[in-house]
Amino acid sequence: MKSLSEIETVSKRASRAAGYSWGVAEEVAKNIRLLEMFNLPGIKNLNSFFKKKKELRLENISLINKDNEANKNEYCPIIAGVNCLDQIRTLESLNEITFKKVAYPLLFLPFISRASEVIGKRIFLKIDDREFLLNFNNNIYSNHTKNEIIESAENIYLKVLENRDSFEEKEWNELYKLSEETFVEENESLKQGGAGAGLTDND
Amino acid sequence: MNVPLRDPNVVMKLSRLGSFHQSKLSFLRSFLKEFKDWEYKRDLFELNEHGYGTAVYSFKKKNRVYSLICFANELDKNERSDRVIATKWDTAFTLFDGVPAKQDIERLKNEVPKQEFGRLSFKELTLSRANKSVRVFNHVVESLSKGVQPDRELLDKVGYLYRTTAVYGSGKFGLADRFRIKDRKEIYGPFRLEMMLVYLVRQFTFDQVNHVAKNKNPKKAVKLDPEICRNLGIGNSTGLGMAPFIVNHPTLLNNWISARETSLKKIREIKNISNEEIELFLDCLKKSIKNITSWNTESEYQIVKIKSLLSDLNKFIMHLDKEFNFKQDFAFNEMYLHLEKNYCEECIEYVVSMMMEPFDDIVTPLIQEMSSEEGKYFNIPTERTVAELKAILENKYSEILNIDFSKKENNLNFWFISKNKEEPRLANRFDENGADLEQPLAIARDIKKLYDLLSISKNSWTIAKFLSTNNELRHVVRRAFIVEKFPYSEIQDNTIGQEIMPIDMLRLKLSFFGALKFDPRSDKWLRICMFQGAPLPEQLKNYDEYWVYN
Repeated sequence: MKSLSEIETVSKRASRAAGYSWGVAEEVAKNIRLLEMFNLPGIKNLNSFFKKKKELRLENISLINKDNEANKNEYCPIIAGVNCLDQIRTLESLNEITFKKVAYPLLFLPFISRASEVIGKRIFLKIDDREFLLNFNNNIYSNHTKNEIIESAENIYLKVLENRDSFEEKEWNELYKLSEETFVEENESLKQGGAGAGLTDND
Repeated sequence: MNVPLRDPNVVMKLSRLGSFHQSKLSFLRSFLKEFKDWEYKRDLFELNEHGYGTAVYSFKKKNRVYSLICFANELDKNERSDRVIATKWDTAFTLFDGVPAKQDIERLKNEVPKQEFGRLSFKELTLSRANKSVRVFNHVVESLSKGVQPDRELLDKVGYLYRTTAVYGSGKFGLADRFRIKDRKEIYGPFRLEMMLVYLVRQFTFDQVNHVAKNKNPKKAVKLDPEICRNLGIGNSTGLGMAPFIVNHPTLLNNWISARETSLKKIREIKNISNEEIELFLDCLKKSIKNITSWNTESEYQIVKIKSLLSDLNKFIMHLDKEFNFKQDFAFNEMYLHLEKNYCEECIEYVVSMMMEPFDDIVTPLIQEMSSEEGKYFNIPTERTVAELKAILENKYSEILNIDFSKKENNLNFWFISKNKEEPRLANRFDENGADLEQPLAIARDIKKLYDLLSISKNSWTIAKFLSTNNELRHVVRRAFIVEKFPYSEIQDNTIGQEIMPIDMLRLKLSFFGALKFDPRSDKWLRICMFQGAPLPEQLKNYDEYWVYN
């Protein structure tokens, strides 16, 4: 089995050899490490992408908008991803972002996973019919578990999820009430031992 | 009194970093301290009469066990090479996480001797190999088998029976990734497991030489005197492989230097020094001279450095004995200011290392902070502005921004990875092919390029906007934001100029390892000795922490 350190080193060198700058190659290397750690097929997709990259004549996107559509060919997942990550603080306010025609979208995914950590919000990502919930770059929840190469995506939809509770207030209160059963009722003399007791807070 | 930390523009110059010496912070010393109360054992020793076979050594505490597995194989003398391009060695080693089962040993017997061409697993932590100093090893076998101890002069001169040519860890060739073990308290200091491997290999070399001598002449043979063993270490040949490491691990480099600088600062801030502290400092300093007078090298470069170090140290000791008042307030601060004014860099850094010796309470807590998680600082804060990044460069790279890289001498060399052995190399870009495959180690030049680009960009732009069209300099944008937080994370010198001495980078790292007697064999590789004088495993429980100077 390859170690994550080997995966990172080889991905970095290969990305540089495929024409990306050293700084971008470093990003790709971190991403492939991440995908493999989450048991997603990073190496498989990167290898396939680099083999086909030249013939794909990909389009680069610099500034990301709410809706992004490649003109003739597909977007490069790495350049789109790196710019999405860099611009996530401004993109966050757009709430929903779409991309049409992106090559090898699984290589785009880890940039968004890292973006989720940067803004401290979960991001829902849909690559055609494959759904991913990116949880602060700590884990990825998905209905897609196939160890396969995804050569292209017609539609990518990305939604920044607000930090909201996943439960009703009533459920919280019920559970809180139960948790209170670990507390001890204080009498007057015990209350005197609490922090700040015996002082006047108006001095 | 508040003494400022030393300026990175002084400390992080290559000539200064290349003058560093071992200290209390050094990894091999902190390793011994951490593992002194672990249970040491030789679990297996199955060598034939010639010393070939398998051995296992372990350190154990509670439920944790680390086992060194040694494989010694016959090697034709024509196959023995210290070059990193070698493919066979006298011995090969791996440090196993736990107690190896028979199947593990069988599996590793096929893989470990192949080194870079073998495959390890997450159960193995470090990997290494070593070659005999045939002259010394044979002499020791001959002597012991005749019932006499070997010639100490010869042993003192060489310093080891075996020398390693590489020690690998952190996921190389399938070894365990660091994340799997990083939370273990006993390995909080950097390179702990690499140090353990070398330390146990040293013991194997003694056991093997005794075993071969005994088999040669079972009736007459004697064991190598433990006192002689103690004065032998493990040699190491180190080439350029280490140089990129310190550039590629900026926060780790910062934490090493920062521990040293913080120690020095705190020591200079001590108002009154006790008599015991003064005595200990002077004792270590004076005894340590022996390590310099017994320092053998044929390198003209190093001979000059040793000479000036020795002459400066003698002058300095005389000054301490005759003129210096240890009872004045902030005596170590006065001493440091005197050093900076009057002595060479090699001497200044030598004494800085010595100053730490009496101050366990200052130094020991800092050892815990010498590791780093580089990944935490990987993301670029792209919401910051061009103006802010420019200010960082002006503030943190002020001298580098003055280098003119259009001059050939400042842009003479390039770093590359050799195809044959995947090892870093340095070459003249105007004489050799391959500059188009340059590694991103020309930080000074790229920082200058970045500054020039920032200067024609709008100050109000965010870094996200700047990078959207300037990603070719992304690697140095990341570094600049790291150096903003970690002042000692960057070498403040040109690593591709005509004057570069790559061995300065190697010495920096090796000094933190705790190496003694640097012996440069060219400007690109050197030999060192590790654990020479260190207690033997059986002596660890009550060892003298100042063994380096005995």
